[in-house]
Amino acid sequence: MSKPLLEVKKLKKYFDVTGGVFSRKVGDVKAVDDVSFDVYQGEVLGIVGESGCGKSTTGKALLRLIEPTEGQVLFEGKDITKMNPEEMRKMRRDMQIIFQDPYASLNPRHKVEKILGEPLLIHGIGDKAERKKKVKEILEIVGLRGEQAASYPHQFSGGQRQRIGIARALIVNPKLIVCDEPVSALDVSIQSQILNLMDDLQDKFGLTYVFIAHDLSVVKHISDRIGVMYLGRMVELTSNEQLYDEPLHPYTKSLLSSIPNPDPDIKKERMILEGDVPSPSNPPAGCAFHTRCPECMDICRSVRPEFQEVSVNHFVACHLYEVDGDNSDQEQ
Amino acid sequence: MKKPVLEINNLQTHFFTDRGEIPAVDDVSFFIREGEVLGIVGESGCGKSVTSLSIMGLVPSPPGKIVGGNILFREQHSTKEETENLVNVSSKRMRQIRGNKIAMIFQEPMTSLDPLFSIGFQITEALNNHQNLSKKEARKKAIEMLNLVGIPRAEQIVDEYPHQLSGGMRQRVMIAIAMSCDPEVLVADEPTTALDVTIQAQILELMKKLNREKGTAILLITHDLGVVSEMCDRVCVMYAGKVVEEGDVRTILKFPKHPYTRGLLRSLPKMHEKQERLYSIPGNVPKPGSITDGCRFAARCSEVFDRCYKEDPELLTLSEGHTCRCFLYEKEGDVQHV
Repeated sequence: MSKPLLEVKKLKKYFDVTGGVFSRKVGDVKAVDDVSFDVYQGEVLGIVGESGCGKSTTGKALLRLIEPTEGQVLFEGKDITKMNPEEMRKMRRDMQIIFQDPYASLNPRHKVEKILGEPLLIHGIGDKAERKKKVKEILEIVGLRGEQAASYPHQFSGGQRQRIGIARALIVNPKLIVCDEPVSALDVSIQSQILNLMDDLQDKFGLTYVFIAHDLSVVKHISDRIGVMYLGRMVELTSNEQLYDEPLHPYTKSLLSSIPNPDPDIKKERMILEGDVPSPSNPPAGCAFHTRCPECMDICRSVRPEFQEVSVNHFVACHLYEVDGDNSDQEQ
Repeated sequence: MKKPVLEINNLQTHFFTDRGEIPAVDDVSFFIREGEVLGIVGESGCGKSVTSLSIMGLVPSPPGKIVGGNILFREQHSTKEETENLVNVSSKRMRQIRGNKIAMIFQEPMTSLDPLFSIGFQITEALNNHQNLSKKEARKKAIEMLNLVGIPRAEQIVDEYPHQLSGGMRQRVMIAIAMSCDPEVLVADEPTTALDVTIQAQILELMKKLNREKGTAILLITHDLGVVSEMCDRVCVMYAGKVVEEGDVRTILKFPKHPYTRGLLRSLPKMHEKQERLYSIPGNVPKPGSITDGCRFAARCSEVFDRCYKEDPELLTLSEGHTCRCFLYEKEGDVQHV
């Protein structure tokens, strides 16, 4: 396997909960709680989980759009959490993001030309004429027409706007793109267009994606490896095929069995979870999933399971698969 | 075969806006039999929600208006055998039916409950309006309903407020309210879209249980073909205000005929097989009212020919209970006479 482009080590993001007359800090919301993973050059790492599991916070913390509380994010070996704003600004040329809502993420008062030209301006790429040319080129690459640069965002449909969002990320030639639910606001027929486009662009420009989504079938389609998050923690991380053929963590199993399948002939055993996701401001002690886990044991209630490699490239945090002996730093 | 409890014939709901008259629902016909689950699938703007609002008499007016067609409702447990046309009934009679005989659950469990009133109050409100129960009986019934939809600690929850509940719990409360008067038809407009998959599985299971045990017919509106496959007996596929294909669930999902239905199914990422590329339907979903002549899907259809741009295809019967609106199948079936 190639070398990691991005290494995330023990990333934490706690949000303060304030209360009382003077807005004193009364607690933490542990949105991301000790998450570690690597992203390799040229791969697509999918991150799935339900709402509130911290997947979007993780994505934003990777780019320091949200400041991580603790932990390291190494991009090509350099720790970006220690960079000053100027270094970070330069760094962002290599790390871009696509947002979920194509309606909210484009400034309605700017023409597409300005929206797409801004990253170039900020990074000092080209002069005015060159920028104009680049904008036209990138629009054609993402499947729009060059002359549409003179339009405003409201003149486009949802799918077309998402194409503009992709173009904006792509225009500075980044190495890594964090895609935060890029297709969940779109209709099925448009969703497949955008997924194909992202696939093509990856091949063409040799991109690496961190693909965050809640829809497992979408993640399965696009990803090489998939991480499953629950309540701020990574519970399982393995290759695409492995995860779907042989899920280990009980949460992953139930998540997979909850997806309604459009094929009426495939009958499967349902594993329906009881209850709701607990609040991340007051997560259960021990394993965060123990309140809903069908295979809960005594140890799960008190001891937090280690995130460890149980077979080659298959990481899981569950007491059922505890390996004896040394289990530190096996993430190769 | 069971009798239809709700029958919709040539329904047309138009919106009168500054940009002109927009036919959001254009000549839609379908029926639901007793105890059946009928799915309506389609993408945003295809008119599926407006259809459900039309049935409930909740189309905002102005600008919306039902300009044609009828909605026939046959009450099961009454002496009357004949049907009522919900388009013409008085608003007094409509109030008696709505919430009592035909109930609805909405997509957003976060916004469809009133934050100022307790859960118990919101359930008993429906009971007070439709059934002569004393306060005590109504409260007892409310607790009973909460138990039915699987809410733990029902005696306490009944006095709590919506903000104290999670999204899945709120949707259960919505279902409890809708089911409190034992309706004959439950209209569920995207009931699980705002929920996570594990919670979605719980809510779908609950709706299936109510359908089985109480025999309530369900009109399930959704964009998710997976949900359709899990829940429905029959399906209507809508596109740009029209029904393009209708049939039993297996026929539609396994042997779809209309190019739109086929494209929709092919464009889904599959869980059980590896595909290199997804099929995609070119173009965008048309804005309501932007298409006037010919088949509405013509601009995106892979098998389009000249005639599609000029004439509007009729709904053809391909086999028993399977209809499709496409010129491709004209030789196979006879034109349906409605």
